[in-house]
Amino acid sequence: MTYVVVGAGPSGVIAAESLRKSDPEGEIILIGDEPEPPYSRMAIPYFLVGNIEDHGTHLRKTKDHYEALGITYVQDRVSRVSPADHSLTLASGGTQSYSKLLIATGASPIKPPIEGLGLPGVHHCWTLEDARNIIELAHDGAHVVLVGAGFIGCIILESLVKRGVNLTVVEADDRMVPRMMNQKAGGMIKQWCLEKGVNVETSTRVTKLEKNAKGTLNVDLDNGTQLPAHLVVIAAGVKSNTDFLEGSGIEVKEGIVVDKYLKTSVEDVYAAGDCAQGPDIAGGWSVHAIQPTCADHGQIVGKNMAGIKTPYKGSLVMNVLDTVGLISVSYGAWEGKGDGVEVLDEKNYRYMRLEFEGDKLIGALSLGRTEHVGVLRGLIQTGVALGQWKDKLKEDPQLIMEAYVATKYV
Amino acid sequence: MQKSLSIDPAKCTGCLQCELACSYDNEGVFNPSKSRIKVFNFHDQGRFVPYTCTQCDEAWCLHACPVDAISLDASTGAKIVSDQLCVGCKVCTIACPFGTINYNQSTGKVIKCDLCEGDPECAKACPTDAITFVDANWTGLEKMRAWAAKTDSSVQAGA
Repeated sequence: MTYVVVGAGPSGVIAAESLRKSDPEGEIILIGDEPEPPYSRMAIPYFLVGNIEDHGTHLRKTKDHYEALGITYVQDRVSRVSPADHSLTLASGGTQSYSKLLIATGASPIKPPIEGLGLPGVHHCWTLEDARNIIELAHDGAHVVLVGAGFIGCIILESLVKRGVNLTVVEADDRMVPRMMNQKAGGMIKQWCLEKGVNVETSTRVTKLEKNAKGTLNVDLDNGTQLPAHLVVIAAGVKSNTDFLEGSGIEVKEGIVVDKYLKTSVEDVYAAGDCAQGPDIAGGWSVHAIQPTCADHGQIVGKNMAGIKTPYKGSLVMNVLDTVGLISVSYGAWEGKGDGVEVLDEKNYRYMRLEFEGDKLIGALSLGRTEHVGVLRGLIQTGVALGQWKDKLKEDPQLIMEAYVATKYV
Repeated sequence: MQKSLSIDPAKCTGCLQCELACSYDNEGVFNPSKSRIKVFNFHDQGRFVPYTCTQCDEAWCLHACPVDAISLDASTGAKIVSDQLCVGCKVCTIACPFGTINYNQSTGKVIKCDLCEGDPECAKACPTDAITFVDANWTGLEKMRAWAAKTDSSVQAGA
């Protein structure tokens, strides 16, 4: 049995480990296309500010971790999948056959249609290599324009501020982190950033980048402003890496379509993580490109590939963000279905919004709270009937932990 | 025999000695907000419920950690955070469905119960035996375990 895992991010690595646990004998080949040991993009913000070095970003810290598990790590890129003959075409020229294949190729940054995106000094912040390029240019006092205030933009924002740059964030939507925060919370994060000395331009687009006489960049905005920049960081969202599957017969919609066993439309081919469109706990099938889903997918898919049938109950979308010290959290259906409650302390940047369906919690947003936020996952995921605690939560939405403890132990 | 914290809310008087002992031993301050065990007060029922990490088998925090900073202490069964490796990304704090691993803004790291290397201060400080450290098979843990199993979205036995 030869298992091939394409993609050495968290899903791929966890899947390879899960495969080894379920099948002590099979050959496991892990293929990654970056010139680094498998690492976590989640750690890049901390690498950017020098809190950690390369090693601190690595997914596994033990020397010879992969060798010890009998996992062969190969640096290459898969350019084609041929399910008919169970083989892969490698960018280096060779081929690799498989008995069972996992596609865990993750996602890549979207390139927005902006003129001048290819100029020197314009970088994504997605890979360790990107981060090294950013470190070169993001010096104390440098002018930096960050294009996009989504989750990734906001996570990098803090690192750029800590590097002492003169930062302007440009977001096309009407608020910060629009896919994670509502109008109120997104607005509070913007206000917080402004207070911390970050320029934030929402409802604004970058129209053009060009090199100026000083060798740096001019950034044109659609409001008529022009900003100087030593560095432009593009964080306009990501999309699943599936282009190489064209012609393979593997069904792709938003991501690679998988069933509850994380198997694709093609026999012996599975998908996991940021590139997979899998079961959503709220019903339906979604791409949830988040670390907890990657980890769950990796564990489950390894078992299924090894023949231990293990259905996945579905992922719950969740995010946590630290924007220059203001911590925000979002879970599930935070847009709500018309039965929500919120409590706001604008002065102290504290906010909690809960969304219910019947007497169940289905979504939540929080700002300025670090204690026991995980219990929101427990409350949503288990669909626990809140009973009288729904009314209590409507009086004080901060009582989430009390509600959970009470429904279990009182 | 591995031991576990056993909590009997009926015996808790809400004295908060456990919170003080925990925060002092782990963070060097008598500050309940820095405690890894928390006593919840249900005024209307006159009940107190101490609550902390159950060191669950699913180990949501450990699996969600992107940098391998949470590991299993084989001698105690505790899931422990390495301050050297934790980058402070907080993913574990939203991944743990029990809300028992929390971000400490003053250190930039996450904190959770580590069973004090097998000699938990909360149990030693509890004057009423509401918190005890007993054999892991002790049936008092079944309720928590059942809840942990119910919360597990990722793994189901069989097909």
